[in-house]
Amino acid sequence: MADTKTNTEDFMRMYRQMVRIRVFEDNANQLYLSAKMPGLTHMYSGEEAVAVGICEALTDDDRITSTHRGHGHCVAKGADYKQMFCELLGKEEGYCRGKGGSMHIADQSHGNLGANAIVGGSMGIATGSALRAKLQGSDDVTVCFFGDGATAQGLLYEVMNMAALWQLPVIYACENNGYSEYTKTEEIAAGSITARAEAFGIEAFTVDGQDVLAVNDLSQKLVARARKGEGPFFVELMTYRYHGHHVGDINRDYYREKEEEAIWKEQRDPIVNFGKWLSEEGIASAEDLKAMEDEIRAEAKAAVDYALSAKYPDESEVDMHVFAPTDPATLRPGA
Amino acid sequence: MRHITLSQAVNEAIAEEMRRDLTTFLIGEDVAEAGTPFKVLAGLVEEFGPERVIDTPIAEPGFMGIAVGAALTGSRPIVDLMFGDFLYLIMDQLCNQAAKAYYMSGGKLNVPLVLRTNLGATRRSAAQHSQSLHALVAHIPGLKVAMPSSAYEAKGLMKTAIRDNNPVVILEDKLMYNDKAPVPEEEYLIPFGEAHVKRAGTDITLIATSSMVQVCEAAAETLAAEGISAEVIDPRTLVPLDEATLIESAKKTSRVIVVDEGHQSYGITGEIAGRINEKAFYHLDAPVLRMGAMDVPVPFSPALEDITVPTPEGVTENARKLMSGEMIHAA
Ligand SMILES: Cc1ncc(C[n+]2csc(CCOP(=O)(O)OP(=O)(O)O)c2C)c(N)n1
Ligand SMILES: [Mg+2]
Repeated sequence: MADTKTNTEDFMRMYRQMVRIRVFEDNANQLYLSAKMPGLTHMYSGEEAVAVGICEALTDDDRITSTHRGHGHCVAKGADYKQMFCELLGKEEGYCRGKGGSMHIADQSHGNLGANAIVGGSMGIATGSALRAKLQGSDDVTVCFFGDGATAQGLLYEVMNMAALWQLPVIYACENNGYSEYTKTEEIAAGSITARAEAFGIEAFTVDGQDVLAVNDLSQKLVARARKGEGPFFVELMTYRYHGHHVGDINRDYYREKEEEAIWKEQRDPIVNFGKWLSEEGIASAEDLKAMEDEIRAEAKAAVDYALSAKYPDESEVDMHVFAPTDPATLRPGA
Repeated sequence: MRHITLSQAVNEAIAEEMRRDLTTFLIGEDVAEAGTPFKVLAGLVEEFGPERVIDTPIAEPGFMGIAVGAALTGSRPIVDLMFGDFLYLIMDQLCNQAAKAYYMSGGKLNVPLVLRTNLGATRRSAAQHSQSLHALVAHIPGLKVAMPSSAYEAKGLMKTAIRDNNPVVILEDKLMYNDKAPVPEEEYLIPFGEAHVKRAGTDITLIATSSMVQVCEAAAETLAAEGISAEVIDPRTLVPLDEATLIESAKKTSRVIVVDEGHQSYGITGEIAGRINEKAFYHLDAPVLRMGAMDVPVPFSPALEDITVPTPEGVTENARKLMSGEMIHAA
């Protein structure tokens, strides 16, 4: 574990947020297995310390872009269960009014610019958000989350080049969970991932993505520096997804061994290990942590029940939101 | 005759052609051990090895460009694009490079390449995994476009596509992979540019692509019970298009609905309707009707998604209106 900070509240919030992600995913999986959720979903379980360690270093004014595996980023950036479950089930009260679903879930009011179903699809968006901050003299920072598999997209290299040339306040956060779909990372990535950023003169770091304090420490430093115009930065976070690529990917022996999964789950779990550290440091007892988890599970259950009986959007919403309205007054010459 | 799934039909077609022609190879994401997320290509890497069934990183423009280069220089690549929605990523390689090489080189360089991908909504996959984008590629001179409506077509069209000396885009409906149809054991190919009259009729023509053929067959069944005889025609390839068969049917029935899952505006339905208006004008008793998907990004919520695509009920309803003269908007 990274060395001590004394802010008990911060520690407890990080723990809470990680548990909130895990519990959200347990419920999402259950909804899928009981055929109550339309479509598929990609679970974030196992990677909680990445989203939480980073997002806890951000304010509501800072932006993130998320991925197809986006529930964790969404929770970590401050979203509520109720609207998230409503979105997952395609209900009107969902964050995207049911139009986005799991792969586009985002609480926009906390600076989440959206989950993206196109691998690498948000790299331009994140970099553009950082350009806007610079042009408008704003000191917010944008974090671009993407997976190891997404480093194969050429777009990343185009935008990193520009971000470096223009010193943009963007942090590229590569969640390296060892796999892209059914393929091991070493089979799809030549050379070193961080070296690619370094080739553009971007400072790059590798961090243990299972250690929330290590992730948070590094993030605090980089966010502070990015605010001062010292960006961009690149971080590779070594992590692991517990479930299959998506909830339907159950028989996965052909690409990933059960023993490997067991090692990560039993020895490297970010929540269990951080919980142990909290107890050892005398910050919270095992009972405190259990009580917190129970409370979160109860909140999740209530939110799921609510979402299950919530109403679907009215059919009239189908062609709403294709175009944003423009105030005709702004179109008058001289306006 | 044996019945096999559309997925098996595609797999068989590719396997047969890969045995027949050693210059063919498959390339795409998770095509080898995983056999694609839809398992369509399962078993091919075992037979042909990783040299001819090539897993790529998630780099669509890159592997598409590589396939174009290989095709220009003597290979016959079959490119697997996991979702039709990713067409946007490869448009330059497909439309600026592959589609134009033969023309720009004055006939000296050609690109014998198959791009197989998919289309189709109602899988609850939201706006970036549900699009039917065949109109985009059908718009580009130099690309051939095929859309199988069953396992039978999927096999016959794929074999023709692989032997064609041009870039061919084949779009399969991802909801039909498990649908079974009779498919002969013996080898057959389906020539491009030959529409198939799925059901003969005399009162109204329903022209339908891909899974919309099933939709129109169901509608035709309902209409038959009401005494309306509908002819259902599947063009099978959009480029080349068997205009003659479509026009002939329009002249015979005098009423036509064109049904397609792409967005209705600026799409396939308008193109086919336009050709019929030009060439069968005096034979028509009603305007040719277009039924495409709604002009909205595909919504996730089942409550919204299902109303964006043509249904048998919708086709039936419109057919009744055309028959009763309700759709004739006299000025
Ligand atoms: C452009 C594009 N290509 C392919 C896919 C299909 N796909 C979805 S997730 C995924 C793997 C992504 O791997 P990685 O970036 O490592 O993220 P992870 O799923 O491991 O979190 C693939 C290939 C896609 N959604 N978008
Ligand atoms: Mg990955």
